[in-house]
Amino acid sequence: MSLETVRLIVGALFILLVIAFIWSIIYGRRVVKTEVTDLVFGNPLKALGGWYWVITGVCSILLLWFYFSWDAARAFFPNTANEMCQVAKVDSELNAMRSTFPMQSRLLKGTSFLDRETKQIERARRTINKSDIDVGLRDKYLAAANTVEVLLMSRATDESLSSDNALALTGIASRIDVITANLADPGFPGPATVAEQKAADEQPGWGEANKEIPDIPNTDRGRKFNKVSEAVAAVSADFAKIRNVDDAFLGEVKQLTAELKSYPAASSAEDAVQAQALTKSLDKILKRIDNGSIFPPAALDSVEDALKRFNAEQSKQEGSLKIIDAIAMPGGEIRAGSTACTEQGSGRWLPKPSDTVATLVKISDPTVGFKAVPLLWYEWKPASEMLAFFIPDWIADLIPGEYPRHTTDGAISTNLKTKVLNFATGNYASFSIPVPAGHLWDSIMRVLSGLFLGIVLGVPLGLFMGLSRLAKGFFDPLIELYRPVPPLAWAPLILTIFGINDDGKIFLLFMVAFAIMVISARTGATGTQLSKIHAAHSLGATNRQIIRRVILPNSLPEILTGIRISIGVCWGTLVAAEMLAGTTGIGFIENVARKQSNYEIIWVTIILLGLLGLMFDLIMRWVITKTIPWRGKG
Amino acid sequence: MSDLVADSIDMTFPMPEGESVQALKDVSFTLKQGELLSVLGPSGCGKTTLLNIIAGFLLPTAGSLTLGGEPITGPGVNRGMVFQQGALFEWLTVSENVDFGLRMKGANKKQTKAKVEEWLEIVGLQGFGDTPTYQLSGGMQQRVALARCLINDPDLILMDEPLGALDALTREKMQSLVLKIWKETGKTIMIITHSVEEALLLGERLFVMAPRPGRLHREYQLPFAEWGLQQDLRSVKATPDFGNNRDEILSMIWNMEEEIMGGNA
Repeated sequence: MSLETVRLIVGALFILLVIAFIWSIIYGRRVVKTEVTDLVFGNPLKALGGWYWVITGVCSILLLWFYFSWDAARAFFPNTANEMCQVAKVDSELNAMRSTFPMQSRLLKGTSFLDRETKQIERARRTINKSDIDVGLRDKYLAAANTVEVLLMSRATDESLSSDNALALTGIASRIDVITANLADPGFPGPATVAEQKAADEQPGWGEANKEIPDIPNTDRGRKFNKVSEAVAAVSADFAKIRNVDDAFLGEVKQLTAELKSYPAASSAEDAVQAQALTKSLDKILKRIDNGSIFPPAALDSVEDALKRFNAEQSKQEGSLKIIDAIAMPGGEIRAGSTACTEQGSGRWLPKPSDTVATLVKISDPTVGFKAVPLLWYEWKPASEMLAFFIPDWIADLIPGEYPRHTTDGAISTNLKTKVLNFATGNYASFSIPVPAGHLWDSIMRVLSGLFLGIVLGVPLGLFMGLSRLAKGFFDPLIELYRPVPPLAWAPLILTIFGINDDGKIFLLFMVAFAIMVISARTGATGTQLSKIHAAHSLGATNRQIIRRVILPNSLPEILTGIRISIGVCWGTLVAAEMLAGTTGIGFIENVARKQSNYEIIWVTIILLGLLGLMFDLIMRWVITKTIPWRGKG
Repeated sequence: MSDLVADSIDMTFPMPEGESVQALKDVSFTLKQGELLSVLGPSGCGKTTLLNIIAGFLLPTAGSLTLGGEPITGPGVNRGMVFQQGALFEWLTVSENVDFGLRMKGANKKQTKAKVEEWLEIVGLQGFGDTPTYQLSGGMQQRVALARCLINDPDLILMDEPLGALDALTREKMQSLVLKIWKETGKTIMIITHSVEEALLLGERLFVMAPRPGRLHREYQLPFAEWGLQQDLRSVKATPDFGNNRDEILSMIWNMEEEIMGGNA
């Protein structure tokens, strides 16, 4: 499906959702007015019904998703991202230069630098005064600190600025003015060349083909900002090269550095350690001073004014882009990196609904799948293997005789024992049958297997514990010891013992389901009314019949509720266990997607997990209403 | 003849603190086949304990108890029970509840079905066979409980406050039903009740029990059950004899309760 079609669908859907949202609110308010209402607050009947508020809720969630993932922005303003990418390029190139001036910070860079270094020198002086080194050495260090301060202050004097640097700064300012003029010129940079237009048309669209945002300019405004960003990059690089230092200054710094280094060597052994620390602290300040980022106070004014004019013009030229950015693309921005433009904020971590659906459709295709395994499909497997699954291999061992050995000429004969073994292991030719397979199927089967084992073993034990003091006393501590441990705390141990295959995960889920089933079956059995058991006795039922015909059915509500809880807990545990180990399953998909920062797939797995969990719960609710309609009415 | 013979039954319950509570002391009586007995007494006089012992749910600490010469050692089909709340199996339908006993025995299905139909008709529930019991009203549930008990053809029917939870109107209808069944089947019936009127109406014989320790206090021979079979229960209640008996027993029980309260104070 082309991006155009997707945009059309998303746009139509967005408008429909807005209409449905507004309509449901109006309808809801009208219904409230016509209802005979109970004036008393707190009547729970007031919470009944209200499907139109459900529409309001669903619509607002979907609208928020479309809005904050910028899917709506892409549908309604398809070229915005491309243009904003060009603007971001300009900003990214100018970032270093702007940070020198009080544009992105409060102080001029030189001012804050001077302030910080003065404080550092003051701190060094205090350390020198507090140290208990030889008085002569201390005086030397104090003198050095004074020299450092003098050197630092010398950079702020008008004399420190060399005539070359003054000229270069004027040059930078006038180059910025030229760029500003270009920016203001409606004819700049002229129509696109055929090659440029072709490249722009051929690049993938917004969010297509693993490219987040097309970075080749596609509009006049975009091309203007792109050209400006190239010019600005050159100016910015040249500006960064201008440093307020000269050879004399650097010589003095170098000399002082060498002198400081000599102090510890000349000092006595007990002073040496302290002296080294003092030398280091002053040396650090010197190293920062010699990069020359302090200029005389007015030296950069021309560049700053030119930059301000540029900023004003940029803001003017951006025009409607800024409004669209603020309204349609909330919660983040478009940033230009060295190679590509990317979405930042909610536009990044909240995938667009349309992209999410496209990803789901893509990995649902059995020929694509995820990591070469389909999401949910079938494969042909020989019927012999299926049959062998149910036949234990050891039945071959029961046949009298020995398994054949190979003879000297390498031949291996067969006997009845080998034939039975081949049958039991499925080692024979047979027709194939289709078997469900895939990540989802694996996850579901794990949950159902663990749950099945938990029910089959847990319910009888629970009933037994509900009826026997010995059983209750004996098994209760065992279960209560392992049950309060969060299942995931067991996972590393169990997965290490059983390996990354299914059996470890199934055992972990069995542990989860078993404890819940035991406790619910026990509660059910304990809750049987004595009169019912008395009645059954006087109607001639045997003990076994009472368990089967009275206690078990009487416990069914608790057991079924236990199954419903178990499925939920197992589902949660399974996903985490699959993240820890394994090569298939929905948790595995999510974990791989996490490592790749693939937000679309992460969201697809989250949605699938939610839908499957909901499906399990709905099935259980249906089963409960069908099998125990008497619940709560006995 | 399957008479119920109780000979000096004692029942003592051990308490957790090491003491013990004597629930029944020296209870002796003989209930002949076909008799209708009601047992009345203030709370805590051991009525239900006595019933549970006869049903075989409890073993008395002393004394002997035989039904038709056979000692009672546990629950059995020859003693049917009807409980206050019906104690129906709510996961089964009406007819599945009624034929529960026969199914447990593994009886012939065809015959069982015919019998269920028959008994549902007697208790006035024809056509309700496939209804789930939780959809029935309290009175209908008690009818099912009666049918479930009677279908096993027990020698003795034990009823533990069977009509206690019903409203007055339903209660009167059920009282007539119990009398009708007693007359038509000739079963021995023992009814425990809280209500003096009910005890008078549903008792050929009436035991008044006294508490601490639980014992038989007085026995009456009453004509009202026979009268009730011939005429309206309300006109039986309106007779002066009925009123005199009621007042006498009421003041007797009233005095017992006073004694307990005084003893506690």
